[in-house]
Amino acid sequence: MTTELAVQARGLGRVFGARKGRDVVALDDIDLDIAPGEFVSLIGPSGCGKSTLLRIVADLDAPTSGSLSVFGKSAQQARLDQDYGIAFQQAGLLPWRSVAANVGLPLEVHGAGKRERDARVAELLDMVGLTDFARSYPDQLSGGMQQRVAIARALAESPRLLLMDEPFGALDEITRERMQAELVRICGESGAAVLFVTHSIPEAVFLSDRVVVMTPRPGRIVDIVDSRPVGGHRRDDDFRDAAEFFHTVARVRELLHAGPASHAVPAARGVENR
Amino acid sequence: MSVGTTDQVTSTLRVRPLRDARFTTLLAPTVLGVLTIGAWQLAIDAFHIDPFIVPSPGSIWSEFLDSRSSVWHGMVGTGRNALYGLLIGAVLGILGALLANAVRAVDLMALPIVAALSVVPIVALAPALYTMFGAAANTARVIVAALTVIIPVYLNTLRGLRQVKPVHRELMHVYAARPAFVARTVTLPTATPYVFTGLRIASSLAVISALIAEYFGGPVDGLGKAITTAAASSNYPLAWAFVLGSILLGLAFYVVTLVVELWVARHRGGT
Repeated sequence: MTTELAVQARGLGRVFGARKGRDVVALDDIDLDIAPGEFVSLIGPSGCGKSTLLRIVADLDAPTSGSLSVFGKSAQQARLDQDYGIAFQQAGLLPWRSVAANVGLPLEVHGAGKRERDARVAELLDMVGLTDFARSYPDQLSGGMQQRVAIARALAESPRLLLMDEPFGALDEITRERMQAELVRICGESGAAVLFVTHSIPEAVFLSDRVVVMTPRPGRIVDIVDSRPVGGHRRDDDFRDAAEFFHTVARVRELLHAGPASHAVPAARGVENR
Repeated sequence: MSVGTTDQVTSTLRVRPLRDARFTTLLAPTVLGVLTIGAWQLAIDAFHIDPFIVPSPGSIWSEFLDSRSSVWHGMVGTGRNALYGLLIGAVLGILGALLANAVRAVDLMALPIVAALSVVPIVALAPALYTMFGAAANTARVIVAALTVIIPVYLNTLRGLRQVKPVHRELMHVYAARPAFVARTVTLPTATPYVFTGLRIASSLAVISALIAEYFGGPVDGLGKAITTAAASSNYPLAWAFVLGSILLGLAFYVVTLVVELWVARHRGGT
């Protein structure tokens, strides 16, 4: 693995031009680095620009200022090279395709042969525990299972970067925790870097190596909290009960509630002290 | 007869999947039907109503059985015109919608024409078309049916083509998929159930308009001609027997397209 950063954003800004001349600053001066294999969550209230940031990395939106590189390339080139996989809040499966055909979709787009595709799809379905449902259709699956199919699809081309926009947002709490545990395992196996957008503080802390706390109007990074488990903890269900976990959750919550005020201390901008 | 009013044309009339059908869903209308026919028969027996006003269900049924070969002949004649009209209209409607979806100018130009066309009683064109194509040919009837079919198929197909979900569109953008691949895997499958909804609405319209067109002239085969001839010769039960044949023909068209629609839409419950 190269030392090249998975994502590098410098002074990234996105201004939406409103009709009555009132511009909306969705993102302002974002500096963010994501190392290969690192799990980074974006957290913040609605309108803090976390989804916009993810969409810019995915080349679904373009910044109005600043620079962004994904594996040292432009976001567009990274997209064309299929350097990342993506999962949205909606599973977004094609309802007229079987589970296996949905997972194989990105492979099909890029001209993989049938045999190669079938082998990879079988491997992915095994990874997300849906081997028995290969021939089912999305409407026959629960929401959690559909989301697992979407994650398998995102991993289809073994991307080095995984972009996830609130993928568990529509799931109930129990399913959600199970999916988080599975995601930790899957990411461990695939070694991909992850940019994960979420509303949930425990989810961000449980999953991530670093939690990026953002505030709205304008969308800025308040602080970046290191949330790697220390003291021999692994990221499993016991970690949810660890004092260290609660401490990090409290720290993130504090930052979220403090809002832009804490922004007065620029030293806490995270990226610089890496 | 308001063949193709805007309401009929634009409503998608969501149907429920077959697996939702219960015994009671069949039972209730059957009971109503049996009661209605029973009351009809009783009323005619009790009040001695003359057959030229309303014949009894019994006499219609026995006339239907007696002349089943000519009813069948009429159904084949009208059914053929309706089927050709349905196929031609469907192809034109779908192609038109694909064009309007691809080229915005076509959509804008077609919009007022389609709106105008959908309120024109197209069967009213039949006499003029008989003069154009000759009264011995079925061409005029096929054209009338095709014109009636084009509108609901066009509108529903166009609507279907525009139902592609943003998440699917973004996914295809992320994959950097070629336009042909997007059309094949996303746009057309999204539109398909809408196309079949249009066809289901159009199928009964095709039968109705092909049949009504017969009232205005043309060759003697067909149910519409048979109904007018039987009524003109005061054979009312026979006229009603042909009406029964028309109902069966219309139902057959509707049920076939409905079953195809349900089959096509069988996995549309998911995201």
